[in-house]
Amino acid sequence: MNIGTRKILDRSFTAVGIGSIIVMALALMVVVVPIVSNGIGAVFFTGTVEHRKMLRNEFQRGDTQHLASEVASSERYRARVYEILGTFEKELEGMEPALKRQYTSKYAQTRTAIQALLGPLPGDTTPMLTRFKYGQTRWEKAEEKLHDLLYESKWDNSNSEIMGKEYFVSRSNAFKGTSLAPLFPYMKSNIEKMLLPEFTVYWGFITDSSVDSHFFGGIWPEIQGTFFLAMGAMLFAFPLGVIAAVYFTEYARPGFLNSMLRSANSTLAGVPSIVFGMFGLAFFINTLKVSESKSVLAGSLTLAIMILPTIIRAAEEAILAVPKTYREASLSLGSTKWNTIATVILPAALPGILTGGVISLGRAAGETAPIIFTAAVSVGSAIGLADVFSSPTPALSWNIYNLASEHEAAAQLRHVQYGMVFALVTIVLLLNLSAIVLRARISKKMKG
Amino acid sequence: MITSESFTEKKATRDIYLPPERKTVDGGGESHVVAKDFSIYYGEFEAVKKVSADILSRYVTAIIGPSGCGKSTFLRAINRMNDLIPSCRTSGSLLFDGEDVYGKYTDEVLLRKKVGMVFQKPNPFPKSIFDNIAYGPRLHGMSDKKKLMEIVERSLKKAAIWDEVCDRLDKNALGLSGGQQQRLCVARTLAVEPEVLLLDEPTSALDPKATAKIEDLIQELRGSYTIMIVTHNMQQASRVSDSTMFFYEGVLVEHAATAQLFTNPKDPMTEDYITGRFS
Repeated sequence: MNIGTRKILDRSFTAVGIGSIIVMALALMVVVVPIVSNGIGAVFFTGTVEHRKMLRNEFQRGDTQHLASEVASSERYRARVYEILGTFEKELEGMEPALKRQYTSKYAQTRTAIQALLGPLPGDTTPMLTRFKYGQTRWEKAEEKLHDLLYESKWDNSNSEIMGKEYFVSRSNAFKGTSLAPLFPYMKSNIEKMLLPEFTVYWGFITDSSVDSHFFGGIWPEIQGTFFLAMGAMLFAFPLGVIAAVYFTEYARPGFLNSMLRSANSTLAGVPSIVFGMFGLAFFINTLKVSESKSVLAGSLTLAIMILPTIIRAAEEAILAVPKTYREASLSLGSTKWNTIATVILPAALPGILTGGVISLGRAAGETAPIIFTAAVSVGSAIGLADVFSSPTPALSWNIYNLASEHEAAAQLRHVQYGMVFALVTIVLLLNLSAIVLRARISKKMKG
Repeated sequence: MITSESFTEKKATRDIYLPPERKTVDGGGESHVVAKDFSIYYGEFEAVKKVSADILSRYVTAIIGPSGCGKSTFLRAINRMNDLIPSCRTSGSLLFDGEDVYGKYTDEVLLRKKVGMVFQKPNPFPKSIFDNIAYGPRLHGMSDKKKLMEIVERSLKKAAIWDEVCDRLDKNALGLSGGQQQRLCVARTLAVEPEVLLLDEPTSALDPKATAKIEDLIQELRGSYTIMIVTHNMQQASRVSDSTMFFYEGVLVEHAATAQLFTNPKDPMTEDYITGRFS
């Protein structure tokens, strides 16, 4: 090969390499940017007086006097709304039946839209679900709901060839000439005075328990559950994995059984996590009966089995990477094999073992499938440390899935979903970061 | 136990190993390590062939010979470091202090405590200088901080490195230079108070200045420890040792007082080797 071709090959390979890295970075950006921006929005947002009312009633937080004055000023503007509604209801009573029928259903829609915006109206019975006790707590949601109030959404299905198109019809036109007509311009111009939006930092999103199925955030039980599950998994898997690795590298004699065990270990690392989930249900709960039903213990054990092969592999590699000379030095000083392993080899292999451990910890924190059948519930309060043997727990990974697909109001809770995803990503990222820092510190200490 | 017959036999020939000017040093000069028809195999390969030798206590014995002649293998057999190689086995007898090194009931851990070793490449642990030296004593049950400090100081002084490291005992040993690391390794070995010091090409990874320091150190330690040093450097062997063994292809060709071996070798092969006709 002549020198020109060689150089062109080198350059094109470099270009391909850089290109693939850029593609990867872009893909990562596409995923991470919305998670970060929307996730931050779960804590920092423009909150309305309804949010502050909710905090006051559900968590006894906030300045009562200030809130009272805010509610009073808000009610001053809301009073006019109630007045218009009352007047129209009377007008409706007096209408002739055909016209009445026509307006009743439209009025019901309008009233519901106002309820969604401002919360229960005077005279309504107190709703059972907490989510209906308050109006919109977030300003951007309130703006959406205002649009829903002002315009009725309709579907144009005239062309059967294509999908129906959504279009909006102004409600104020529908009520033209009635006493309800002034409501719409009034709502539009006075919504801010009724909801009093202001910038809010809601740390409670992270530290509170959820109220009414995560409707207002509150993901602490999930964070704590994830922490318990991951830590529990590490508690079982880490010592076991390191011991197994020591056995493989130091004690096992090469032979058929040993190579079988090793390949079994590698195979286990590739088993889909849902299989581990089914295994956990069948083995830990149904056969061993570690708990009556789902529990943190069963989930931790399942996760431990799942991450064990990774830990074994990482620890094995780390132990094999320890220079042989350390072993020789220690043995030549009259050290026993076990002592050599404990005082020289394991400390020297520690950075590698820890890295493997923390990566596995991150994986345990993020896995959904193994805990579906063994530990996770969709809604629950934070459990105490004493309950881990018997109680299931909510966990971030499972609740992200649940909130995004199975929750009855999934579409309204995007901010909570993003908040949870952001929390999980942050936890895993922090774990990995701490692994890097820890590794660097130990390596530095060893290199002197 | 060594048989009385072979012992007297050895006693008769022992004087030839001793340099004329140092017949006795503090009661040294006794048989310390005795090999009789001692062979070492790696699988089927016989690396050391029926070696019979008598290494005297508190003298320096050098082992020379071309690469792959089995000199390191023989040295490592004395404190059973060859046990790390699964395919390695031995035949014949190797006695240390009159006890069979490869006996059924020999405790290799105890043996290695008495027979210390310094390796080709300096291999301090990735720990502090203090912890490196204290590693052996701690291993053998010493936990008193004050006594440990004494041992560390004494060992480092013996290894002639105390002055260089006394103000940074808590620093990592890997921060030292290669020569310092090697002397630290010697100090680490001395800290467990061995009787025998095995040096496996201790200066091959060092520069001339550091080599000179190690050689000085060996001179210092002579008379206190039985020292065996494997070396490629014949000048080094002649400088530091009392007696010299020449190995060739696993066979102990000649074992004599150093002065005699280098000036008046009995075997023509030895002569060829020391005059550089082959290597």
